[in-house]
Amino acid sequence: MKYRSVFDIIGPIMVGPSSSHTAGAAKIGRLARSIFGRQPKKVHISLYGSFAETYKGHATDVALIAGILDYDTNDPRLPEAPKYAEEAGVEIEITTEEAVPEHPNTARIRMMDGADEMEVVGISIGGGKVEIAELNGFQLNLSGQSPAILVVNHDRYGVIASVTEILSKQRVNIGNMRVSRKEKGKMALMVIETDDIMDESILSQIRVLPGVERVLRMED
Amino acid sequence: MFRNVAELVALAEQQSCSIAEIMVEQEVRVTGRTREQIREQMGRNLDVMEQAVERGLQGVQSHSGLTGGDAVKLNQYIAQGKGLSGDTILDAVSKAVATNEVNAAMGMICATPTAGSAGVVPGALFGLKDKLNPTREQMIDYLFTSGAFGFVVANNASISGAAGGCQAEVGSAAGMAAAAIVALAGGTPQQSAHAMAIALKNLLGLVCDPVAGLVEVPCVKRNAMGAAVAMVAADMALAGITSTIPCDEVIEAMFRIGQTMPTALRETALGGLAATPTGKRLKEEIFGKQQNPSPSSKG
Repeated sequence: MKYRSVFDIIGPIMVGPSSSHTAGAAKIGRLARSIFGRQPKKVHISLYGSFAETYKGHATDVALIAGILDYDTNDPRLPEAPKYAEEAGVEIEITTEEAVPEHPNTARIRMMDGADEMEVVGISIGGGKVEIAELNGFQLNLSGQSPAILVVNHDRYGVIASVTEILSKQRVNIGNMRVSRKEKGKMALMVIETDDIMDESILSQIRVLPGVERVLRMED
Repeated sequence: MFRNVAELVALAEQQSCSIAEIMVEQEVRVTGRTREQIREQMGRNLDVMEQAVERGLQGVQSHSGLTGGDAVKLNQYIAQGKGLSGDTILDAVSKAVATNEVNAAMGMICATPTAGSAGVVPGALFGLKDKLNPTREQMIDYLFTSGAFGFVVANNASISGAAGGCQAEVGSAAGMAAAAIVALAGGTPQQSAHAMAIALKNLLGLVCDPVAGLVEVPCVKRNAMGAAVAMVAADMALAGITSTIPCDEVIEAMFRIGQTMPTALRETALGGLAATPTGKRLKEEIFGKQQNPSPSSKG
């Protein structure tokens, strides 16, 4: 079931005018920032489908920027987010795309800070609820409702076991786990959803494991 | 977890409790939070709804100038005793309009189930306040009842205009409100299900065609009618009238209609009222002919 809480239906409390195109967009921006781990210096946002057609009327662009700045859906600064982004020195470029996306409300967000770059695709599925559908070309479906870590690793034996061994030693319960790869023997991605937010010390232990390239955290 | 309306009603009947109670219990199980925390959060939603109604009744104006001030007009008309369709229903309509005018003006609202349809559920609730004199706890229960029915629609069909058209937004909201009004007025869970079915079936096929892509025209007036449909559907169910097509099948029909609806009529602002000569002219007046987005656009 896509919706699990009554507050997905009665809620969120938000700045208007659209739950999918304003509140949902702000949530996508905020999740993207959370995965990036900090405020990016440069952001390129591509809008698809209904997002591309109606972003102006719904302030979808403004809300995505608000999310990148870590504002919540009910933050009174949301309508003025572009101004605050400029003040914070975050360079933002927004384009609309012709391509027909799988989901009508899709945004592709490329975040940059020097040489560090990351691309996240978010979709807004209705009522302010969103999913992260893609990270650096890997397919996902993350709602951000449970805390999650994303582990980018080399696709070879033992790496998954070494990560889960650390979680097991630290008594972290895995609620949901998916592994995916783009090509056999190249890079792979582990998505691990947990019941509680993981301590930074656990993440550092995972980071130094052989075969692990990068560990990212996502929380709502 | 209840997966459909039939299961929801059966659970309430088996446990001899309200639908609101089933929803609260499920929320406790899913989130691990306490009943008090959950009811308190719903109370905050209720407060935001009330503030939005009050603000809208004082008069607001959207940035585009397309909407605002209609809640005030209707309220004055009711006060003059001119209302033909009944003061309770007109009161609900004026409060639904108030909420959506605040939403269009980028004010603070609570999505029920979405922002574009945020007027229906609170409009009906505050419209009935004088007639039924509900306690705060009963008002919170009303929101849990709406939430339970909306939960089924969201999981089995859609609450997104981009995915299913306006029937998925205002249609769902009217069904949720109708079911919750029945419960608030002392009806049975089964009557709530019939009220939802009656309300939703009358909004099946409603397209999402916002002029200039703004959540204003026709959204504000569709919320007005959504509240009116909800009130009448609730009255019909309370009178003992049943829906021949069961509620879950109406929801399923809504989903299938949404899937076959052309993209132009699903929140892309390319068809319907958005594509009328006036709709197109308004779009040009508001946004000009410029097509390239800029990060500083204020929407």
